[in-house]
Amino acid sequence: MKHMSKIVLLMGALAVSACTGAGRFDSADSGVGGSDFDAGAGAGTGGGLGDPTSPTYFQQAIGDRVLFVVDQSSLTSEAQSILNAQAQWLITNSDYVAVIEGHADEQGTREYNLALGGRRANAVREYLISQGVSASRLKFVTFGKERPIEICSEESCYAKNRRAVTVIAGGLTS
Amino acid sequence: MLYRMREMLCAVLAALALTLTATAQAAPLRIEITEGVVEPLPFAVPGFIAENSGAAEWGAKLAQVVADDLIGTGLFDQINEEAFISRPTSFATPVQYADWKAINAQALIMGAVTVSGDGQLTVKFRVYDVFSDSELGRGLQFQGTTDGWRRMAHKVADAVYSRITGETGYFDSRVVFVSETGPKNERKKRLGIMDYDGANVQYLTDSSSIVLAPRFSPTGDRVLYTSYATGFPRIHVLDVGDTRSRILETQSDKMSFAPRFAPNGVTAVYSLSEGSNTDIFTMDLASGQSSRLTNTPAIETAPSYSPDGGRIVFESDRSGSQQLYIMSANGGEAQRISFGQGRYGTPVWSPRGDLIAFTKQHKGRFHIGVMRTDGSEERLLTASFLDEGPTWAPNGRVIMFTRETQGASGQSNLYSVDVSGRNLKRVRTPGAASDPSWGPLQ
Repeated sequence: MKHMSKIVLLMGALAVSACTGAGRFDSADSGVGGSDFDAGAGAGTGGGLGDPTSPTYFQQAIGDRVLFVVDQSSLTSEAQSILNAQAQWLITNSDYVAVIEGHADEQGTREYNLALGGRRANAVREYLISQGVSASRLKFVTFGKERPIEICSEESCYAKNRRAVTVIAGGLTS
Repeated sequence: MLYRMREMLCAVLAALALTLTATAQAAPLRIEITEGVVEPLPFAVPGFIAENSGAAEWGAKLAQVVADDLIGTGLFDQINEEAFISRPTSFATPVQYADWKAINAQALIMGAVTVSGDGQLTVKFRVYDVFSDSELGRGLQFQGTTDGWRRMAHKVADAVYSRITGETGYFDSRVVFVSETGPKNERKKRLGIMDYDGANVQYLTDSSSIVLAPRFSPTGDRVLYTSYATGFPRIHVLDVGDTRSRILETQSDKMSFAPRFAPNGVTAVYSLSEGSNTDIFTMDLASGQSSRLTNTPAIETAPSYSPDGGRIVFESDRSGSQQLYIMSANGGEAQRISFGQGRYGTPVWSPRGDLIAFTKQHKGRFHIGVMRTDGSEERLLTASFLDEGPTWAPNGRVIMFTRETQGASGQSNLYSVDVSGRNLKRVRTPGAASDPSWGPLQ
């Protein structure tokens, strides 16, 4: 059983990184968001992509974020497949907790966007719980439109800013 | 003849209101930024006469602030000092009306200033209705420390504005706001406080964590705001006097934001997020006792009390998009008041009670607008890439708001506009700024 779930996890991770991860991270690396992303990766425990139990692996191979349609918090099928892999990783690496950060693009009023970011983060949290991750390991927070990763005022940037990011935080034991 | 000036301005205001109403009826949802034919009223304000040697440096400065306040309303026009025929040398000398009529000064403001040995400034003034050869109202005098000299000038201007327009002034007031630095994706924010005209900026917090949407208490002694000091958005209350703040003990495991004081200053109304749902609650600030006002699965936020404290206007997306609603201050059933095209948010009740200011999003543009409390007579006052978060001047005649420019180098600034849609202008701040909250007349 254990063997089986690992294989599934690995396949899931590969599939996700193949179909959704690459393009997004490439463009993030080339844009202003790149430094943010690199900093996040560097803050990991030093385990490279090769160590599937590292937060860096979670962030880069599994994919730490899902994107949303304008003014929506429902999860697309693409988002669900990323979250399936996130859930599997979290179940396997049970020492870690996560904070899910919900964000909105700048096309909205400040306080509504806070609520909208909260809705998005909570949608991710509830989905991960439905996939078997313990609720006690998942916190969520909204940043509204306060922390965009892309700063242009065009849909290409907005699309990346309407996101929920699962941030792996220190282990339960640490 | 005593009321000639007031009548003229009132007639102008009334004519403007008629024009706006007429166009509003013809096309209620069109942007209405009319450049009407309001002729500003010409006034003269000679430098205040220094009545002792220590006061010499203050005369011109005081007159300048008075003039700037009046010109800033868009309703007055200053006559250049070079045009003056006579120059008053004593506050007691009778006014030579003919000299002021000749340069078409309809109002004349005469002031005098003395400074005592211990640094007390005494400012007195009289206003004259030049074309009726008479004084308008009676002379008044203000006293304070030299540090507060601008406030004394604002008080003079408030009195002049009030006597000529019949409205309460708004110059001796302050604004709390968010001061911003850094790029969009790493913006640093801290709370600032300043005079309404951007003078005397002080900072109330540092920028170690994100702070948002401060709101003045009715007396201006405290500020409610949202801070990420805990890592999560939580409402804090700050004492303006000593800048100490404390977290408002809403439910500690839930995010709270969008706070606003009730007119009684002892109750706050705010939003609390639970799961995917955001509802409106009130709290007694002294006891910490809270109660729920809305209970739907929708996002309900941006609550604002009516001036009598009896009702609350707020935004909700219960219909599927952001719209404005009014409910009793005790909660219960709410009436939707916004029915135009687009999304409506951040409603703020006018201190006069008659209007609701709001942010509207329609076809990719943002507008600041006003409507009556039943939702009728909607008028949009501004249009830009991103205008949001109106706040009312204490007399309900002017609205200040945030305007953010587009693109990677986009920046926020404060703007003000008359409720008529006229006199749109940027408010002077030391750097980028957002989320103004206009305090009371001091």
